[in-house]
Amino acid sequence: MSDAAVTRRSRIKSGTAWLGLPPVLAVILGLIALWYVAVVPMNVQETLTRAERAGVAVTPATAVDRRDAGNWALVLGNTHALGESWSLDRPRLPAPHQVVTELYESTWVEETTGRRGLVRSGSFSNRGLIHHALVTLNATLVGFLIGTTLGIVLAVGIVHSRVMDMSVMPWAIVSQTIPIVALAPMIIVVLYSVGVQGLLPKAVISAYLSFFPVVVGMVKGLRSPDGMQMDLMRTYNASTLAVLFKLRLPASVPYLFASLKIAVAASLVGAIVGELPVQKGGLGARMLAGSYYGQTAQIWAALFLAAGLAALLVWAIAAIEQRTLRRMGMTP
Amino acid sequence: MTHVLGAFAVWIIGFAVNLRLANGPAHDTTAARLAVPLIFGATILVMWELIVTGLDVPQVILPPPSHIAASFAANTGLLWADFVQTILKGALSGWVIGCAAAFVTALLVDRYDYLRRGLLPLGNFMAALPIVGTAPILVMWFGFGWQSKAAVVVLMVYFPMLVNTVAGLQETSAMQRDLMHTYAATWGETLRKLRLPAAMPFVFNGLKITSTLALIGAIVAEFFGSPTQGLGFRISTSIGQLDLGLVWSAIVVAALTGTAVYGLVTLAEKITTFWHPSQQR
Repeated sequence: MSDAAVTRRSRIKSGTAWLGLPPVLAVILGLIALWYVAVVPMNVQETLTRAERAGVAVTPATAVDRRDAGNWALVLGNTHALGESWSLDRPRLPAPHQVVTELYESTWVEETTGRRGLVRSGSFSNRGLIHHALVTLNATLVGFLIGTTLGIVLAVGIVHSRVMDMSVMPWAIVSQTIPIVALAPMIIVVLYSVGVQGLLPKAVISAYLSFFPVVVGMVKGLRSPDGMQMDLMRTYNASTLAVLFKLRLPASVPYLFASLKIAVAASLVGAIVGELPVQKGGLGARMLAGSYYGQTAQIWAALFLAAGLAALLVWAIAAIEQRTLRRMGMTP
Repeated sequence: MTHVLGAFAVWIIGFAVNLRLANGPAHDTTAARLAVPLIFGATILVMWELIVTGLDVPQVILPPPSHIAASFAANTGLLWADFVQTILKGALSGWVIGCAAAFVTALLVDRYDYLRRGLLPLGNFMAALPIVGTAPILVMWFGFGWQSKAAVVVLMVYFPMLVNTVAGLQETSAMQRDLMHTYAATWGETLRKLRLPAAMPFVFNGLKITSTLALIGAIVAEFFGSPTQGLGFRISTSIGQLDLGLVWSAIVVAALTGTAVYGLVTLAEKITTFWHPSQQR
């Protein structure tokens, strides 16, 4: 997609702007507004129960009657008693500001004032989100490094050996269609029974997920030099190794970065799923704990932190990509 | 020990045959293209069997393929019920709903430029997020049944499908659109006769990516709570009972389904987009 053409077209049509807001902001604001509205029917049962206890008259008077009524009907019939929708203790859907509060309290407040926080104990609190995010990030990065290295090595092998190309490549493609994450709990348990635990099992799953995007992208990239360039190398009487290091690898860099962005997002998913079976910290463990104890705000906070982490990782790779390509003179 | 030596003998034989096939005169024929990966896969399976039995690896760590096959054959009824619960009810319904919703949104996004500029960056961003993480929330909302799995799948497939379809709808060149304009074609006619056909390769690419995501979503969501059947439930409970044969059987079911769906989508792609350069040999 050519960005220049897109911006040109959008400038012509920019008369459609709504209230003069930039479109992304408008969509995000719309989503937040929708979220606030959705909180009311999602939490109406709990809200009305609390209102009833506080002595407010509620239309179907008992909780049993209300259970069978539709959520929207309850909202419309009890518009006077909905004040607590956005401030419940254990809501089915926490309001956006509750999630932000939870995020703030489990990071900044926990670390500065908590008994086990950074200020008082000198290390990140194991009840705070930063500790769990670092655990996940560690596993993600180790797995990402292992997976990427193995992927590049295998891609080099595939490009240079026809046997490997013909025998391994079809399986690599087939394995893309297999829900690999289903293996996660088994890998964890198997490695645990061999005595390997902690970071490594999660990293193995991360590596497994980030491996194939890199293989597929790198094979494409290493093969991207065209016949003319390969012929030039041949006229120089270049060895296979020289062709690899001076032509194939530099030519594959854009492909490498494109697949690294996919791979890093996949390895974060792998690390989170890998944390589900073993409750030893990490954002995945935090989400599962939140769902066991009905702490919905905690799940949402962990989810948003995971999203932030994914965005950060992809952004970091994009930044490195831009810098590398510019130094190599490959950016247009 | 003889088993292990046998495994290496098998490896050498398989490798030699593949070497001969791949570098021989017939390496470009369809038969060789099929035979080489099949020999490779068979070699791996035989080596797995021989090494695991030869070194007396405990079944808890890695069962031999024969044990997995026996376990699969003994539990076909159970696995079929799991298949219906997870794949047909959870993954398939979610996949259809999610892809249809993404397709409709893509048409809207394409029609209204403001929406495109607002939704597309967000869609690109969301497509990279670990959406599996919403599984505990959705299980809490929609209960342990297949509905919650379908909801997770809808969320997981929506954004990749949206991004792909929108990219496909922008695939036509200005020249082609101008031609439709000179024909005085309406927006609907241009869509039907030019832009939808041009978008099809991208739509199929989206369908391929999301078919795997749908399976992952349905299985992982079952780790957060499920009725007493389903592939994810089977995997997590069988691990608890250290019945690794059944775990591997469930994984085999998931793998076969994934490959079969991918094959079906590829077949449909071949029939629909026969005109595309990538389909012509």
